[in-house]
Amino acid sequence: MISFIISLRENILIALRALAQNKMRAILTTLGIVIGVLTVVSVASIISGLNTGFASQISALGSNTLYVHKYPWIIKDDFFKYRNRPDITMKDAEYLKEHSRLAEAISAASGTFRDIKYRNNSLTGIGVSGVTMETEIIEGFSIADGRYFTQIEIDHNKNNIVIGNEIKEKLFNNKNPLGERIKVGDFSYTVIGVMEKRGSILGHNLDSEVYVPLGTIFKNFGFHRSIRILIKVPSPEMIEQVKDEIHFLMRVSRKLKPQEEDNFSINQQEMLTNMYKQLTNGLYIAAFGIGALSLIVGGIGIMNIMLVSVAERRKEIGIRKALGAKQRVITFQFIIESIIICSMGGIIAIFLSFLMSLVIDKVTPFPSNVPIWSVLMGLGFSSLVGLFFGIYPARRAAKLDPIECLRYE
Amino acid sequence: MQTLINLKDIVKTYQIGTVEVQALRGVDILIHSNEYISIMGPSGSGKSTLMNIIGCLDTPTSGVYELEGELVHTMDDNKLAEVRNRKVGFVFQTFNLLPRATALHNVELPLIYSGISAAKRKVIAEDAIEKVGLTDRMHHRPSELSGGQCQRVAIARALVNNPSLILADEPTGNLDSTTGKEIMAIFDDLHNAGNTIILITHEKIVADHADRIVHILDGHIAEDIQVKNN
Repeated sequence: MISFIISLRENILIALRALAQNKMRAILTTLGIVIGVLTVVSVASIISGLNTGFASQISALGSNTLYVHKYPWIIKDDFFKYRNRPDITMKDAEYLKEHSRLAEAISAASGTFRDIKYRNNSLTGIGVSGVTMETEIIEGFSIADGRYFTQIEIDHNKNNIVIGNEIKEKLFNNKNPLGERIKVGDFSYTVIGVMEKRGSILGHNLDSEVYVPLGTIFKNFGFHRSIRILIKVPSPEMIEQVKDEIHFLMRVSRKLKPQEEDNFSINQQEMLTNMYKQLTNGLYIAAFGIGALSLIVGGIGIMNIMLVSVAERRKEIGIRKALGAKQRVITFQFIIESIIICSMGGIIAIFLSFLMSLVIDKVTPFPSNVPIWSVLMGLGFSSLVGLFFGIYPARRAAKLDPIECLRYE
Repeated sequence: MQTLINLKDIVKTYQIGTVEVQALRGVDILIHSNEYISIMGPSGSGKSTLMNIIGCLDTPTSGVYELEGELVHTMDDNKLAEVRNRKVGFVFQTFNLLPRATALHNVELPLIYSGISAAKRKVIAEDAIEKVGLTDRMHHRPSELSGGQCQRVAIARALVNNPSLILADEPTGNLDSTTGKEIMAIFDDLHNAGNTIILITHEKIVADHADRIVHILDGHIAEDIQVKNN
């Protein structure tokens, strides 16, 4: 064991000295390894960044919430199949509310886009959400200033409004908006509250929305509009149960016969995460494919250069063998050299991917970080390549005849 | 006197293409500890082959080679390496130093292969370099040393593992006569200090340093003369 450590240390020194003699060649040789490791590590870092981004993008969609919609969120087949479905109605929502025993809270929701105006300030195309008392629980609203609606305000379709955090900044220049009146479309509303920051969902900024009682949407902007139904599930374990119940109740509400297909969709956050995972898994597989390929090509390059190195250093091998280096010592020496070349490639690649990640983070809207597992894997794989493709040249070196080698000039 | 080397009926045959060449055709030599012996012969006589066999770089096609009681002719590559490391100190005509390593590191090499720790190695190697008078040059590389200095480094390297014999192959062949004399003086001193020395040479003036001269011709021992008694 001790002599192994001694020879490991010696061999690393020998390898570094040999590589220092041929710096350019060593660097060029590692190119294949660099590209292979760089591909895997940078794709890993991009995906890791996307993961963080995606998680924050969909976190506003509660994982414990089911959404009954006309359309499924992810359409894999023909879109027109869904177009003829009847709209989700308040009747469906009321039926669910009345009969569901498992859901924690159920609320209809609807919305529209209008221009809003306060004195000379106006904003165009602002999302107006119709909310109920239950919406507050389901969406987990929290109010920064003022208050949320009361049951009475909601029941009586009052023209009161809660505004998103950025609306306060943009429309009121951060002055106190409570009690002020703003115009939404053609109707005047009194501001009663300001939301805490909510972030955004799949690129849609939730802080740039306003909220009014659901009935007010129908009263002011028309009754013929598609709604959606939000269902809060009490705990994550109950999602499937609640989903089954809602599915059954919706079919009853729609009076569907057993052989008829559903004409509504129950959506949940998981569908998006699943789709996202499928997508990123595809990317991973592609990256690993490219990475593996360049590692193999790189490995063959390493083997080639190691064979050259063995041929060039026959004299050295002869001297070492004459002085008592056994076959395994010579084998070990050249394998270590090959591993060092490859690990250097790995290190260069990891350094480059940190740089790349930094650039991506700064230049693109995607966050990016290099996950530690990808660094370890990159180093591990490059060393393995060095080991694997170093064996053949090293064995050849070890088996050389010392007399022949000493004669070589 | 203790027997160091016992060669019995050593035959070495090389296959060159379809032709078989007999480099050694039955050589018998007995060498004792602390002998100073020259092996002489023209090129093609088989003296290099004999040297390779004595130095455990090669094994005979047939015959028995006993080195300090160990049967060398039966050994495999790795066992031979071990014997070379422990028992043989080589000095070559072309020095055969690692060009990129310092003199000190070159001298340390045999110690590395016997698994001696770095700290201990350094002490032993420095000691060996001191014996050949190169302490002030030990951190230089071979390219920064003169031929004579290189050969001194090689001698230090040959000595460093306390070998049973020192095998010198034309040690002055690449040196001018003055330097050659200095190097031969070192060998004389080493012999006087109790080392066994085998010189392979074709120069009479070098061979004459030894106490015993063996002439090889056409793969046979033509002559084996004890020229001095010690």
